[in-house]
Amino acid sequence: MHNICTLFRREFASYFATPLAFVFIVIFLFLTGVCTFVLGGFFERGQADLAPFFTYHPWLYLFFIPALSMRLWAEERKSGTIELLMTLPVTLWQAVLGKFLAAWAFAGVALALTFPMWITVNYLGDPDNGTILAAYVGSFLMAGGFLAIGSCISATTRNQVIAFILTAMVCLVLFLLTGFGPAINALDGLLPQSIIDAIASMSFLTHFSSIAKGVIDLRDLLYFATLIAISLAANAIVLDMKKAD
Amino acid sequence: MIEINHLTKRYGVLKAVDDLTFSVAAGEVLGFLGPNGAGKSTTMKMITGFLAPTSGSIRVCGHDVESAPLAAKTCMGYLPEGAPAYAEMTVRAFLDFIANVRGLAGDRRKSRLDDVISRLALGSVLEQPIETLSKGFKRRVGLAQALLHDPPVLILDEPTDGLDPNQKHEVRTLISAMSKDKIIVISTHILEEVDALCNRAIIISNGRILADDTPRNLKARSATGRLDDVFRAITTGAPVQGVAAHA
Ligand SMILES: Nc1ncnc2c1ncn2[C@@H]1O[C@H](COP(=O)(O)OP(=O)(O)O)[C@@H](O)[C@H]1O
Ligand SMILES: [Mg+2]
Repeated sequence: MHNICTLFRREFASYFATPLAFVFIVIFLFLTGVCTFVLGGFFERGQADLAPFFTYHPWLYLFFIPALSMRLWAEERKSGTIELLMTLPVTLWQAVLGKFLAAWAFAGVALALTFPMWITVNYLGDPDNGTILAAYVGSFLMAGGFLAIGSCISATTRNQVIAFILTAMVCLVLFLLTGFGPAINALDGLLPQSIIDAIASMSFLTHFSSIAKGVIDLRDLLYFATLIAISLAANAIVLDMKKAD
Repeated sequence: MIEINHLTKRYGVLKAVDDLTFSVAAGEVLGFLGPNGAGKSTTMKMITGFLAPTSGSIRVCGHDVESAPLAAKTCMGYLPEGAPAYAEMTVRAFLDFIANVRGLAGDRRKSRLDDVISRLALGSVLEQPIETLSKGFKRRVGLAQALLHDPPVLILDEPTDGLDPNQKHEVRTLISAMSKDKIIVISTHILEEVDALCNRAIIISNGRILADDTPRNLKARSATGRLDDVFRAITTGAPVQGVAAHA
C-alpha cells in the first residue's frame, strides 16, 4: 500500500510537471462546453438536465483518455526508467496499480472541473441532482475503463503515438461502436439477435448510458470493475513478458 | 555475496549470456570486462532482477533473485546503463521518491540523503529538473539513487561511460572510498578503470567467461605489462604484441 501510494504520487505529480496538464484540462473543458451547448443544444432543449453534457463524454474520452494513458508505460520504456522502476523493491502489480490510479485521479480532476456545468443547470432550473451524480460516477468509471485499456496498450510499445492511436482504435471499435445504434443496426439480419445483444452488452456506451439515466445498477459497476481488472492484469502480463525492449 | 550458477540468457536464437558461473564475496570490487555486446549488461539485468534468466540461478545476499525478488532487490543498488532517471523531476524530488520506495524514514532518511548529496556534490542542482543537467551530473544522480539506502551490493553498469577525465576520476574515487566492505560489480570496457579500481576482473565475450583473475595477474600475461594487449589477445583469440594466443 505504501509503495502504491509512493508510485501514485510520483506519477500524479509528473502530469503537473509540464504545462501539458493545464493544456489538457483547458481543452477538455472547452470541448465539453462546445459539445453541450453547440452540438447538444443545451438551451434549445429547454430542459434542466445535463443529458447533452454526458452524451458526448464517451466520444470526448476517445481522444482525451488515450492522450493520458499513452505515456504511462511507453515513456518508461523509451527513457529506460522501466529498468530503474523494476529493480526497485516494488512488485509489478504495485507499479501497474500506482500508475493507473494516478492517471485515473487526473481524469477525475478534469471531470470534477466541469462543475460549473452543474452549477449552471441548477441556476437555470431544478434538475434531478441524483441523476447528475450517477452520471458523473458513470463517466468516471468509463474513464477508468478507457484508461486501463490504454495503460495495457501503452505497455506494449515504446512509442507514445502508437500507443495513442491503438488505444483510440481499440476503444472505438470494441467498446463504443458495439453499443452505438447506427453501427449495431448495420448488423441486423447479418447476425442472430442474441449475438448482437451480447456484443452490445460488452460496450461502454450501453453501460454508461444506463448509469447516466440515474440508475446505478450492480451489473454496470461490475462491468467496469471487471474490465479494469482484466486490462490491468493483461498490462502486468505484457510487462512481465516483454521487459527487455 | 553474489552466487551465480549456470546462468544463461537467450534472446531468440542469440545466446547473450552462456552458462556463467561465478561468485563474488564482500570486499571484492569486480570489474566486468568485455567488448560491446559481450553480455555484460544482460548479466547485470538478470542479477538485479530486471530480466528473468532463461536458465540458471542467482542468489544475492542469500536471496534467490527469482523466488525472493523483493528481498534481493532491497540489498542491491543498481545503476543501469545510461543512468535513466525521471527527466521531469527535480533532483530533490527524485531522491525523495527513491527514499520513499526504499522505505527510508526519520533520522536515517535525512542522514542518508545528506550523505549521498554531499558525496556526489549534488547540493547545487537539487532544485533543477534532471533533464536540464549535464551528463556528468545525470550520472551522479544515478549513482546517488543507487547508493541511497547504503546497500551491501552495488551493481554499476558503465558508471563512467561518457564522462570527461575529471568526472571519471571523481566517480572512481567515490567507488574506491566505498569498496571496503561492499560487493561492487562494475561493467566497463575501459581497462585503466579496472586497473585503478578493481581487485578482480572477469573478461567475457559472447556471453562466456574467458578469464577470471586479478588485474595484476592479467597484466603479467603480457610481455608489455599492458592490460589492453591482454584484453585484445583474450577476446579476439589472436596473439597480440607478445601475449600468447588464448587457448
Ligand atoms: N532486448 C534485446 N533483444 C535482443 N537482443 C539483445 C537485447 N539486449 C541485448 N541484446 C543482444 O545481446 C548481446 C549482449 O548485449 P549486452 O548485454 O547489452 O552487451 P554489453 O553490455 O556487454 O555490451 C548483444 O549481442 C545484444 O545485441
Ligand atoms: Mg552494456
